[in-house]
Amino acid sequence: MATSTTAPDADRREPRAGSPARGPARRPRGPRRSLLPYLLLAPAVVLELAIHVIPMVVGVWMSLLELTQFHIRDWSTAPFIGLENYRATLDLNSAAGKELLHSFWVTLAYSLLSVGFAWLLGISAAVVLQRPFRGRAILRALFLTPYALPVYAAVITWSFLLQRDTGLVNHVLVDQLGLMNERPFWLIGDNSFWSLLVVSVWRNWPFAFLCLMAGLQNVPGELYEAAAIDGAGFWRRLRSVTLPMLRPVNLVLLLVLFLWTFNDFNTPFVLFGGSAPEQADLISIHIYRSSFKTWDFGSGSAMSVALLLFLLVVSAVYLLITNRRRDDHA
Amino acid sequence: MRETAGERWGRRIVLTLLALFVVIPLYVMVTSAAKPLQDVQNGFTWWPSRPTLQPFVDMWSTVPLARYLVNSLVVSSIAAVCSVAVAIFAAFAVSRYRFRGRGVFTVTVLSTQMFPGILFLLPLFLIYVNLGNATGIELYASRTGLVITYLTFSLPFSIWMLVGYFDSIPRGLDEAAQVDGAGPLRTLFQVILPAAVPGVVAVTVYAFMTAWGEVLFASVMTDEGSRTLAVGLQGYSTQFNVYWNQIMAASLVVSIPVVVGFLALQRYFVAGLTAGAVK
Repeated sequence: MATSTTAPDADRREPRAGSPARGPARRPRGPRRSLLPYLLLAPAVVLELAIHVIPMVVGVWMSLLELTQFHIRDWSTAPFIGLENYRATLDLNSAAGKELLHSFWVTLAYSLLSVGFAWLLGISAAVVLQRPFRGRAILRALFLTPYALPVYAAVITWSFLLQRDTGLVNHVLVDQLGLMNERPFWLIGDNSFWSLLVVSVWRNWPFAFLCLMAGLQNVPGELYEAAAIDGAGFWRRLRSVTLPMLRPVNLVLLLVLFLWTFNDFNTPFVLFGGSAPEQADLISIHIYRSSFKTWDFGSGSAMSVALLLFLLVVSAVYLLITNRRRDDHA
Repeated sequence: MRETAGERWGRRIVLTLLALFVVIPLYVMVTSAAKPLQDVQNGFTWWPSRPTLQPFVDMWSTVPLARYLVNSLVVSSIAAVCSVAVAIFAAFAVSRYRFRGRGVFTVTVLSTQMFPGILFLLPLFLIYVNLGNATGIELYASRTGLVITYLTFSLPFSIWMLVGYFDSIPRGLDEAAQVDGAGPLRTLFQVILPAAVPGVVAVTVYAFMTAWGEVLFASVMTDEGSRTLAVGLQGYSTQFNVYWNQIMAASLVVSIPVVVGFLALQRYFVAGLTAGAVK
């Protein structure tokens, strides 16, 4: 995110700071002028502090306390135990540590596959809808609908589709196509992972589509004309014009999608009705369930903080690598 | 540049597959909402054996859907309006002023959007409960608590998108207003906001959608009295029956307003993304 937000700032700063017309008009308001932006920002800053920054700091503090069910009513009585929560939850030889590690691998596989497929569908749709034709506007609206639906409405519908005895999926696979003799379960067991993945792709790919569509609008048509004159076919134009031009969008889009799916709670929570089978036990659900099942908020916070640290490291490495590669090309 | 036959067929195939993938669940939602109960209790059918609007009537009494709906409407509307009001001032500051901490503010606010929700959930839960016990301010299990929480969820993206919109409004307009003696706030309300109406509307809809669809905090921070649709809609499965037809009817009803709003304004979301992300 950092690169995308600071880069436009830098562009904007120059003409404005140097604009001679503005300076004199504003100067008489000396002291007010310097305070005003902070007053304007104050509500946003207070809210961000209250709901995001302070809870985060409190969360780190909680992860250092023995904040179990005995102390949850009055957390001032919870004893300070240092890194004990981290040691207990991240100890890969313990049962809790093994479950967390399992959940981590499931989440990683889920995020990578979900982002990959969402991007693939998004780019396909954006490219084939690039040139105008009859019905394009309708298709575009249709493709955006899964993203516009409230997540619970979308996921509940999918859980109906995936019911073993009354769902569409088994009706088509077993009754109409006869591909299987047994009606498989989709929401428990090994299949639950793939169900979760399909639902997540269905819901997320329109966001990729939206961003890539916005990105394609900035690709000058002359580039395609020039490529076509040079005899470039469809795949060549895609590889040499479209994808390089979309690089800045892709950099941000892939990271954002990855972070969202890695933190995904809604899809498994609604799809599996509050609990997830072990094969689809995403990390957010895992922390949520272990925190509220045992009311051990101390170790829940420790796992959340570890999750945040992991994502910060991944984001930092990602931004570092992509930035370096950009410098190499320049 | 002409399209080859191969490209045309490729396009048709890709579009057909994508359209089917998207449409099938939507089709099931709409048709199942018009099915009698026995249709959804036995094997799946593509079409209702006897189309009926009864699920749309029954869904209000199986669960207290009206209460959930009112809660969601109240919480989402207030959160959206407050969020946009706060975002307008913040975006005005970021777009029109140079000040110390501007870059830090933008990056910090946007990065909170990427953090795991579960990280805020446990501390916020404890803070709300303990604040209630200590001072009597009811934030846990109240609509106020939800409003405050939700309005911060949409704030980062709202600010970001509005900064893009405000930046696209020529500064010459500001200066003309100032020459006429308008102060900064009058400039904001009489010059910038009227020119940014589509952006403000789009951001309001986005903030409303964010609150309308939130599940994680709703599942923990509400009780029976303050429950929103996000949690309430899961109440249609009883011990004896799962009223899939009513669930689909209720899902349809709660989806239509946000889907219509989003699709009507999609142009402005694309414009906002283009202005912000691509640069």
